[in-house]
Amino acid sequence: MTQPAPSAQHNGPDKGTIAAPSDTPPSKSGGGMPALGLRLDVRILSLLGVLAVLVLVGGITEPDAFLDTGNLQLILTQASVIGVVTVGMTFVIISGGIDLSVGAMVALASVWATTLATQEYGFAGIAFTAVLVGLVAGLVNGVLIAYGNMVPFIATLAMLASARGLALQITDGKTQIVTVDSVLDLGLPDSYILGIPPLVIMFAVVTIIGWLILNRTTFGRRTVAVGGNAEAARLAGIDVRRQRLYLYLLSGLCCGIAAFMLIVLAGSGQNTNGNLYELDAIAAAIIGGTLLSGGRGTIVGSVLGVLIFTTITNIFALNNLQSDVQQIAKGAIIVAAVLVQGRTMRGRET
Amino acid sequence: MPETSRRGLLFGTAAVSAGALLTACTSNEPKKTEPAGNSAPADDKPGKAVTIGFAGPQADHGWLNAINVNAKSRAETYSDVTLEITEGSNDTAAQIGQVKTLINKKVDVLVILPADGKALTQVGLEAMKAGIPVVNLDRIFASPQAYRCWVGGDNYGMGLNAGHYIGEQLKDKPNAKVVELAGIDNLELTQQRSQGFADALKNYSNIKLVARQAADFTVESGQAKMAQLLQAQKQFDALWNHDDDQGVGALRAIKQAGRDEFIMVGGAGAKSAMDAIKADNSVIKATVLYPPTMAASAIDLARALGQSKGISGLSEMEIPTSLTLYSAVVTKDNIDQYLPTGFN
Repeated sequence: MTQPAPSAQHNGPDKGTIAAPSDTPPSKSGGGMPALGLRLDVRILSLLGVLAVLVLVGGITEPDAFLDTGNLQLILTQASVIGVVTVGMTFVIISGGIDLSVGAMVALASVWATTLATQEYGFAGIAFTAVLVGLVAGLVNGVLIAYGNMVPFIATLAMLASARGLALQITDGKTQIVTVDSVLDLGLPDSYILGIPPLVIMFAVVTIIGWLILNRTTFGRRTVAVGGNAEAARLAGIDVRRQRLYLYLLSGLCCGIAAFMLIVLAGSGQNTNGNLYELDAIAAAIIGGTLLSGGRGTIVGSVLGVLIFTTITNIFALNNLQSDVQQIAKGAIIVAAVLVQGRTMRGRET
Repeated sequence: MPETSRRGLLFGTAAVSAGALLTACTSNEPKKTEPAGNSAPADDKPGKAVTIGFAGPQADHGWLNAINVNAKSRAETYSDVTLEITEGSNDTAAQIGQVKTLINKKVDVLVILPADGKALTQVGLEAMKAGIPVVNLDRIFASPQAYRCWVGGDNYGMGLNAGHYIGEQLKDKPNAKVVELAGIDNLELTQQRSQGFADALKNYSNIKLVARQAADFTVESGQAKMAQLLQAQKQFDALWNHDDDQGVGALRAIKQAGRDEFIMVGGAGAKSAMDAIKADNSVIKATVLYPPTMAASAIDLARALGQSKGISGLSEMEIPTSLTLYSAVVTKDNIDQYLPTGFN
């Protein structure tokens, strides 16, 4: 694929970047952007196809357990925490960056928010601390990358190490059990709203806001522009540094929210929380069609990526597959999904 | 229970796990035998000064943290012991480096809890060749030449005792279903625990293991895997969970699913699990011990080695080559005895 302009192959709903006047809509979809802007392009359709196949497999292998309201609630709940992290990660990757510290930030935020001192202040203390710690860690990442001219890979790798270390220091290796009932109750069926767990609602809200920011705001257009071609974006008058700072701050914020959700889910803070979230979030974003080199990506695709992973895990567990088989199959499915995508993409870019 | 406890943790420990074996190491005078229940940790009489090097894995887990705490506080009870403790690491190369540093410092005795026993064997051999006796704690070296004494837990026995406890509870129930929430599947200890469990259940023909999933010893993984298991198994009679840390998450998932038709047996002996057993208001009815107090015992043994003593209460002239702790089943009936050993 030749790339005359960096964003020439940017076909997602997030079209029309400031920096790339050469960006013309792909021939196939013409000028008809549906009002919602949620164009069901081939990539999204192929992801929905993968999801449909998985649902079929689940429904055939374990009809009683899989096709059950409780199981649907479970899949969505389990997708929620990592899903919120992935929304933040998607922004960062679209801008051409990477955030390896998301899992560590979730761990740090969750243990800080569950110390005995923090728990004294109840629900607000825990929620506020989690979000604040996420924001501060994201700010450090952003400043190092935007103004310290550090490569995102290195800066966030350093944050990964130090945030995990700090989390371990705070907990002293212990599991910090939450005793604040108002927080714990949020994870129990009594607080489901119309059958929807509050965590799932939080996930949906974050997703919608993320989608709006990416597709309906100047901030979103700038994000795509910076990822497509940072130099062109700078020439077009975008403050690239400030944009990058905001993006890592956004990722940190998502991690703070996810940490709070994890506290609700697991009822505790532990330094091992958020283990390998960075890989899961990156994998989900990539499967969702986000370009690792930046400039292209969609929130809907990333969320579908998360749902695919969670559904796979669910089907494996329902069928009582052991960990080794699960890992092999998971790897195979990642490869298959990306191959299918590549094929459909080539098909439309003739 | 020991009424003299300076540190309930330590003394309770001695009573619990190994009784007289672990308690004293003054000399080989058999007359010093005391009932296990009220024995003091060891011969408190100061002897020859001993420097013990301690190298353990990173304490990123409740049990491992308890190991460090036990080792440190036991060492503090001896005026003749100096503990050189290295920063814990799960990186094999880093841990080898740390043990080598301790060898270079010429400590008198080494206590090593390797992150990976097989991988650390070589450095154990090196220490032994340098004339430093090694007490191998828990995860065992590949060669007996690499250590003078091994002290550790009984993973197979843990599974066996959990299986027998569950078997006895369910023996009159036809077609009983059991579910297993295992630990990290690529650790040998997990396989041993599962094997012991399976072997015990063979004694009860009415019981069937219907599902087994592995978690990662973390609260988060415990919650996630248990939630799946509960969804997959609409009804069962007993659950064995290998690890009390992940058990915090498992109990949370059980509460979230609103299930209570089964009994749950934990593993390792965390304080949170013991508190829940004592309160008796949830599904958890027992936990099978894997006592972190073995670290205190390792210090006792290392001190005895450094002072060339045997263990009082045994006729032997030397300390034994290996000591396997008993994986006791803690239930509401004996909880008060074991509660002081519960770790956070």
